Order: sequence, then C-alpha cells, then structure tokens
Amino acid sequence: MELSNQDRDLLNAVQKDFPLHPQPFKVLSDQLDIPEQEIIERLNAFQQSNAISRFGAVFDHQRAGASTLAALAVPEHEIEHVAESINALKEVNHNYQREHEFNLWFVINACNQAEVDSVLTHIAAEFDYPLLDLPMEKGYHIDLGFPLW
Amino acid sequence: MGLKHSKQMAKEALAKKVMAATQTGLPICDRPYQVIAEQVGTTEDELLDIMQDMSSQGLIRRIGLVPNHYALGYRFNLMTVWDVDDSEILHLGQQVGQLNFVSHCYQRPRKAPDWNYNLFAMVHGRSEDDVAQQVETIQQLLGPACRDMAQLNSLKILKKTGLRIR
Repeated sequence: MELSNQDRDLLNAVQKDFPLHPQPFKVLSDQLDIPEQEIIERLNAFQQSNAISRFGAVFDHQRAGASTLAALAVPEHEIEHVAESINALKEVNHNYQREHEFNLWFVINACNQAEVDSVLTHIAAEFDYPLLDLPMEKGYHIDLGFPLW
Repeated sequence: MGLKHSKQMAKEALAKKVMAATQTGLPICDRPYQVIAEQVGTTEDELLDIMQDMSSQGLIRRIGLVPNHYALGYRFNLMTVWDVDDSEILHLGQQVGQLNFVSHCYQRPRKAPDWNYNLFAMVHGRSEDDVAQQVETIQQLLGPACRDMAQLNSLKILKKTGLRIR
C-alpha cells in the first residue's frame, strides 16, 4: 500500500499519545487540522485494508507480568516437531524460525517469574538442545511507536 | 470484609477487564471510550480515570495504533545482535534505539560460550538494500565498542498471537 504524506502524518500522529478524552478524534482533528469524521473514516479504511495491526493500549508486560526471550538450537529435521510442542504452550506468544545455529526464537509471557522459569524447565526437560534464556535487562526503545518515513 | 477492602477489590477487577478490553482494541468511532465503558460495565468518566492512572503508573506504555509494517511496504525486517563493550552499552544503546528504522532495542545478558551478544535491535526497511544500509549505520555508530555482530533473518513465523492478560 502506498501512503500519501498526509496518510503518513496521520498514522504517525495516532501511534502514541492518543488522547484520553471523551472525543479523542476531535482533539486530533484540532491538532492535525483534518475534520474529525475524515480522520475516523481514513483510520477505519486503514484498518479494513489491514494496514493497522492493532489500535488500542500497549501495556508494559514487564510490569503486567514476567517475560523472556528464549532460543533453542534445533537440528533442521526436528524443527517442525519441536515448534509444534513449543507453540502448544499458552505462555508462548511469538515463535520465529531464524537463520542461525539458534534457530527457534520465542517469547514467553507469564504472570510472574516463577511461571516463566517453570516453562523454561519444562522445555529443557522435553528437549535436550542448547537453550538460551535472554530476559530483557534494559530497554532502549520499547515499542513506543515506529515512525513511518 | 471492610468497605474499603471490597472497593479496592472491585477496582482491581475492573482494571483487569479494562486491560483485556483495551488491548484487544479501541473502536475507531466518535466515542471509543464510551463503547469500552459499556463493555466493561462502567462509565466513560471512570474508564478515562482508570486509564489515566494506568498511564501515570507506567502500566500502559502508550495508547494508539500499531501499524502493520508489512502491509505498509516495510517488508524486510531483521533481528540484529551486537556484542557491545559493557562500559559503553548504556549510551550506545540509547543512540541505536533512537534510529528511526529501529522498532525494538533491548539489552540482554550474554550466555558464554554459546551467546556473546548483549544488544538486540530489530530493523525494518522497504528493500534488502535498505536493511543492509541500516545494519551499516548501526555498525558505524557502535564503532570499536562493538566486537562482533550477527544478523538473524527470520525464515518463518511459527506463532504470533496477541498477549492475553489473565
């Protein structure tokens, strides 16, 4: 999808600091000098064309619970089978196959650290492959929006 | 149960409902908060108050849209990992995190001998050349403080679901 400059400005403006106000799009309308109804129509059109993944509140999952990024080094022919077991865990919400010796990368989210640890223990017991547990130590840019250019 | 205690419990239960409802998504209409307030059984004013509290506490990081990078033409993404000198990672990490093509940038522990990288940066571009240029930019920014790096191209998305708050 090709974006006009105005589309880009609108999408960038709505990525963060969406007004906590009864009529948030009216507030944006004043800021951006675009009529309120036009903003609503255009954003709905973006949503329908799948250009918006989600529109809502982004929570700090470190505060809302505990999480880690984990990786497994799995032999190529075992990948599908291992991925299936990992994906079946409800605490796993992202899982990517990547080009590296550590080729399975997944995020574990749970209510607290003990639950995260028990998921890791479970995975280590089920699969005898090198496992990395790489919790975030510091965030230098944590999903504060992504400027479109 | 004291009145104060039960009020607190009701507030926490409502906060959980608000989290579940607002992270699934706000409707794009004239009064989005009114719609959510009805869903969770409260008033628009009270909902705005609760969300304001969550924002000031840092529990809500931001309210807004998450663009679908892929649909918007940023079809190439890459997880880059860097082994950065511990004494310099704080200021260099901040600089990498501020680059406009970096969507996530985290410091994570090294796990010797298997894993020697401590800085993760996710980059997005419109072409492979874009992304190669971005990697070059990070490399130059880190300079001699970076001992090694790797690029972990994603081959397949095996699972991607929104987070559920229980």
